[in-house]
Parts: sequence; C-alpha cells; structure tokens
Amino acid sequence: MLPMIEKEVVERRGWASAEEIMDIFALSQSLPGAIAINSSIFLGYRLAGVTGAVVAAAGVVMPSLLIILGIAVFFTSLKENRAVSAAFTGIRAAVAGLIAAAALRITCASCRSWIAFALALLSLLINLFTDIHAVWVILCGGLIGIVIHYYLPGRVKLRKSGDEKP
Amino acid sequence: MIYLELLFKFFRIGLFTIGGGYAMLPLMQHEIEINNWITSQEFVDIIAIAEMTPGPIAINAATFIGYRVGGVLGSVVATTAVVLPSLLIILLLSRILARYQEHAFVRSLFAGIRPVVAGLIISAAWFIIAAVFAPALSENGAALPVDYASIGIAALAFLLVVKYRFDPVKIIIMAGIAGMVIF
Repeated sequence: MLPMIEKEVVERRGWASAEEIMDIFALSQSLPGAIAINSSIFLGYRLAGVTGAVVAAAGVVMPSLLIILGIAVFFTSLKENRAVSAAFTGIRAAVAGLIAAAALRITCASCRSWIAFALALLSLLINLFTDIHAVWVILCGGLIGIVIHYYLPGRVKLRKSGDEKP
Repeated sequence: MIYLELLFKFFRIGLFTIGGGYAMLPLMQHEIEINNWITSQEFVDIIAIAEMTPGPIAINAATFIGYRVGGVLGSVVATTAVVLPSLLIILLLSRILARYQEHAFVRSLFAGIRPVVAGLIISAAWFIIAAVFAPALSENGAALPVDYASIGIAALAFLLVVKYRFDPVKIIIMAGIAGMVIF
C-alpha cells in the first residue's frame, strides 16, 4: 500500500516531495495503528487541516470496510459449500505458515541485541502462560526500554532509527 | 451495550497496535479469547480474508469481527474505533511528533516496545498455528493426530514467503486450490 500512496501523492498529485513522504512514512511507523492509515491521515492534515485528516482517514478505510462487509455478509452461507470449505482448509494452513513467516521477519527486524531478544522472549512467555493483557506487556516493554536505554548509567547506545524497520 | 464495548475494545486495540498491522494480532487474539466473539477458526479465516483483500490487516479484521458481533453498525463502529487513536494522536500531536521522533527518550521507548511486540506476535502466531492444527488432533483421536497435508501446505507457504518472497495473495490462492484438490 505504501508504494501506491507514494506514487499517487508524489508523482501524480505533487502533494508532497519524495523526501517529505519518506518522513511521513517514518513518523507513521512509530505511531499506533497501521502505517498506511497514519500516513494518509498525516497527508490529509497537512493538505487540508482537521477536515482533511478526517476525510483522508474515511477515504482510506472505506474500500476495506465495503469489501470486507460484502464478504462478511456472504461468508457464512458460502462456507456451507463443500468446495469453499475445502479451499479454506488449505488456506488456513497457508495462513499458519504466513503468520509464522511474519513473526520471524518482525522478530529479526526488532531483536538486534541481547536485551531486545530477552525482552521478546519474556513477552512471549508472559502471553503464552499468563492472562496478563497484551496492553500491559507493551507498556512495561516501553518502560523497560526507557530505563535501560535512557536512565541507566553507561546505558546501551541505540543506533539511528534507520534500522528500526516495521 | 455491545456497540460501546466494541468502541472501547477496538479503540484500545488501535491505540496499542504499535509497529504495523501484524502487531494488532496478539491484541485481537486476547479479546477473542476473553469475549468469545468468534471462534479461533473464524479468526484464522478472517486473517486469510484480510491478507487477500487490499487494505491493512488490522482494519479488515476489525470490520469483520465488528460485523460478526454487531452487524453492519457493529462493523462501522469497530472500524472507526480502531482508526480513531491514529486520527486523534496525529491531530493533537502532529506538531511535536516530528520534533521528538529522533529524541533519545522516544527511541529508548521504542527500543523496549519493538521486541516486546515481536514476542507478542510470536505468541499470536502460535495461537493461530494451534487453531489450524488442533481440529486434526481432536478428530483423529490419540492414534495418529497428524494432518500431513495441512502441515505440508503451511511449511510450503512459510518457505515460499521467507525464502522466495512470494506474494501472500498468490500463496493463499494456491493453497485454496490445493485445499479443493486434497480435502
């Protein structure tokens, strides 16, 4: 989705320069939510203020909403069909593989030090074996990051943000 | 009230989805386990559909679950709620965000959050894998609880994506065809 946004905004409309859009993508990455959505909201805000932001958010979400609603409405009856249900048995297996691949990719991108690796392992164990809500795990992770990298004497140096891929 | 609950829960999911769409999976998995909104099988189906359709996986999943729980209005509420945190944060903090993005404090914060989210995503992956293969376990009993075809498809999908960077959409379509042939 990001290359599409870039093409439309930079090349076709000239709403932002290539550099600006990269800045927006980078910033969007470190905010909550999907990167494509955040970038759209940023652009909308920059171009037309609050209204622009709201319109951009609505616009970028609308296709998903309509497509998924359409699928959701027919999905239950579709699944009664033997061929569809067989297809989904295969698809579910593929999704298991895809998610494992995504987990691997994200872990490789974000665990570049022993501290990071230990944090990931800890949060994995907590989520698997306790009922603690993921929200608390994320908050604690942030807190630990601040303590280790910001407040501890002789704190661990962080590389520039270029290596923090999503 | 179901709509308020959807609003609150999906707002929270949107607020803590840090580091791209996949970061939403563990949060959503948690809500699904607690609330019994949908079965874990349906959760996997939703992810499959979300992967196949354009648009971020987080948004698609919110729309689908919202529809399941509260009909058309439910889907609109859940989708709005999951986007709302982004919108509010950007509107309120747009000016200071750019200035502090490279600040050591903010980078330290994310240096802690990123690996933790990675760990959460691994556990969500485990949950999904269990949901995919557990039915085979219960149907066949204790004797030979292995569904080789599914495991083969999963392993192949993993390999194609990791090693050859295949497009997930193509993999899902191929897996669907394979499923029709095999099962």
